[in-house]
Amino acid sequence: MAKHSFMGGIHPYDGKELSKDRPIVDILPGKELVYPLSQHIGAPAKPIVAKGDTVLRGQMIAEAGGFVSAPIYASVSGKVTAIEPRRIVTGDMVMSIVIANDNKYEEVEYEETEDVSSLSKEVIIEKIRNAGVVGMGGAGFPTHVKLSPKEPDKIDYCIANCAECEPYLTSDYRRMVEEPEKLIEGLKIILSLFDNAKGILAVEDNKSDCIETLKKLTKDEPRILVKTLRTKYPQGSERQLIFATTKRAINCDMLPADAGCIVDNVDTIVAIYNAVRFGKPLMERIVTVTGDCIRKPQNFRVNIGMLYSELIGEAGGLRYDPVKIVSGGPMMGFGLIDVNVPTTKTASALLCLARDEVSEVEPSACINCGLCAQVCPGRVVPKILSDMAEHGDEEGFLKKEGMECCECGCCSYICPAKRHLTQNIKSMRKTILAKRKRK
Amino acid sequence: MGDNELLKVSSNPHIRSAISTGKIMLCVIIALLPTTAFGIINFGYKAAITLAISVATCVLTEIVCCLVFKKKISVGDLSAVVTGLLLGLNMPPAAPFYLPIIGGIFAIFVVKMLFGGIGQNIMNPALGARCFLVISFPAAMTNFVCDAYSGATPLAKIRAGEEIELFDMIVGRTSGTIGETSMIAILIGAVFLLLVGVIDMIVPMTYIVTFIIFMGIFAGYGFNSYYLVSQLAGGGLMLGAWFMATDYVTRPVTKAGQFVFGIILGVLTGIFRVFGASVEGVSYSIIIANLLVPLIERVTYPKSFGRGGERR
Repeated sequence: MAKHSFMGGIHPYDGKELSKDRPIVDILPGKELVYPLSQHIGAPAKPIVAKGDTVLRGQMIAEAGGFVSAPIYASVSGKVTAIEPRRIVTGDMVMSIVIANDNKYEEVEYEETEDVSSLSKEVIIEKIRNAGVVGMGGAGFPTHVKLSPKEPDKIDYCIANCAECEPYLTSDYRRMVEEPEKLIEGLKIILSLFDNAKGILAVEDNKSDCIETLKKLTKDEPRILVKTLRTKYPQGSERQLIFATTKRAINCDMLPADAGCIVDNVDTIVAIYNAVRFGKPLMERIVTVTGDCIRKPQNFRVNIGMLYSELIGEAGGLRYDPVKIVSGGPMMGFGLIDVNVPTTKTASALLCLARDEVSEVEPSACINCGLCAQVCPGRVVPKILSDMAEHGDEEGFLKKEGMECCECGCCSYICPAKRHLTQNIKSMRKTILAKRKRK
Repeated sequence: MGDNELLKVSSNPHIRSAISTGKIMLCVIIALLPTTAFGIINFGYKAAITLAISVATCVLTEIVCCLVFKKKISVGDLSAVVTGLLLGLNMPPAAPFYLPIIGGIFAIFVVKMLFGGIGQNIMNPALGARCFLVISFPAAMTNFVCDAYSGATPLAKIRAGEEIELFDMIVGRTSGTIGETSMIAILIGAVFLLLVGVIDMIVPMTYIVTFIIFMGIFAGYGFNSYYLVSQLAGGGLMLGAWFMATDYVTRPVTKAGQFVFGIILGVLTGIFRVFGASVEGVSYSIIIANLLVPLIERVTYPKSFGRGGERR
């Protein structure tokens, strides 16, 4: 069968063998959990508890701050000890609710629904919205917004992003190995919102076992297809994934819905299932703890709010001192300055590396080799955009389609002169986006 | 983690490929070895001396320039070695010793370092220097008499209406510059560069195909294969097309631009060879096309993903 793909992309060392065969392990958090109020794109959540309040596991502690926003739930029972700025993975200080864990894990009662098909579309979206589900692949876009396009009848495809193209990450893979039914049931819930849509489970061909299982489990589902993607980074990037599976292409000014598509990643779809079927809010996720410095690389079911530093201990501690620690994958993750930061809804991995390939080599002059343009999934010429960014040439940057960059990092990865192309383009994009917002 | 150990922080991505400028240049040097070896075997030890002087001059000039301009010494990227080797391969085998010295200094100091070093030069340094030498020392640069061969290059013979041995031209047993004579040795190196992915076919093939079409129409022999193959094998066309027109710095970075660049090269070389005073023309074609690169890049910027570029 033809494998689906896109133009460009790279094949970095994927490091998945470290953790792919390690089953998901439930772990309990330590004494203190931190819940940043901004774990999603959109308005920050508003606290509805105060210092000194006692909370239960599964209790809402902050409500959505607007339509494009999401509520936040306590993942342990205990006492609110502070509402104050705390450091998050990006290094920024963000207003956060701090809860002291009482280790009792007393939970609220959840409203289960035996027969999901009896629910109306509005109720399903309301349940997803209430549960605080956001895109857990990294972007953190509130899922209820994504699932409420202007014309739901014009959605042709609901794509489950099972690519997991980032090196080292195995959390989605473990989900598909251990709980494929939840993924499929979740996708069926999404499909129930869009009468004319087909469901696509898009999996990279390095996960052939998942492809087999998913095919077997969906053989009696006329609305669900399993599509095999070529293993290549960034195959799971939303625009590239839509193109690979449907041959439809959207640019940076369009939404997937404009091409009749809705894309959600594996963990998000499972969260949708938990929210609709069991009434359970989003307060857990799978996190891969890996890298050559980690003694026992693992996949953990983590109570969101738990500190990264505790995860290292749970994974057998450090083999040697890491030089670089990344939250997320090595291509798009954040380099941490401090591991005492909380896991959030979008935390997919903790990566501890003994080498930092970025600072090992000084960038040198561009030799115009064109590799950056060859690998760019946005089909632009990163070296030209990077030069314009360095010279502050906004007009030229826009003219050469600089906003089409998805910041995937392929150009910086491949550059023989080790230039920081992605970084330059990214900062220019940030400047332009900030200016647009101000207007 | 020790308390004093600070973590490295950077913007994404956090990993880098193993490709480096030095490795790319090393591949080019390896690819030039068959040509270099053949040149030395064909023309004798004098060719080896010319090549050695040329490489040494280029490397030393770059070191001196870096010291004088107070820049980090950049010879580690091996690009000066490539320039030196290419310049040497473009010299007559019995060139007087001062030619590679003057050429090397001109290539590195004037064409490369004055413009800002690697990546900044607007024309291929080796070819810039070759053209400078041909104009300044025309007699020495076109004297191809050496121990092994006396007399004219095959292209000159063809124009004079003399018989040539096509097989000798393809193997390289003819007079000419050190590196240009053997089509086979050059193609072995080119295949290596294609296989390791350092170059692709766009520029050389567009160049060669355009040239063949041009010669077929304008040279007066029609599409006579004997004549066309001798034109391809003769002169600097093969060396130029595979090793100098493909120079990253001085060819367009855009794919569409590379096609345009190849076509311009083919047409210019055809014009120079058919209508020019000299039987050659590859060097001038390439440096003229080099100068057009900024313009070509400007008008051939690709369409981006979602705006028509997703399938290219």
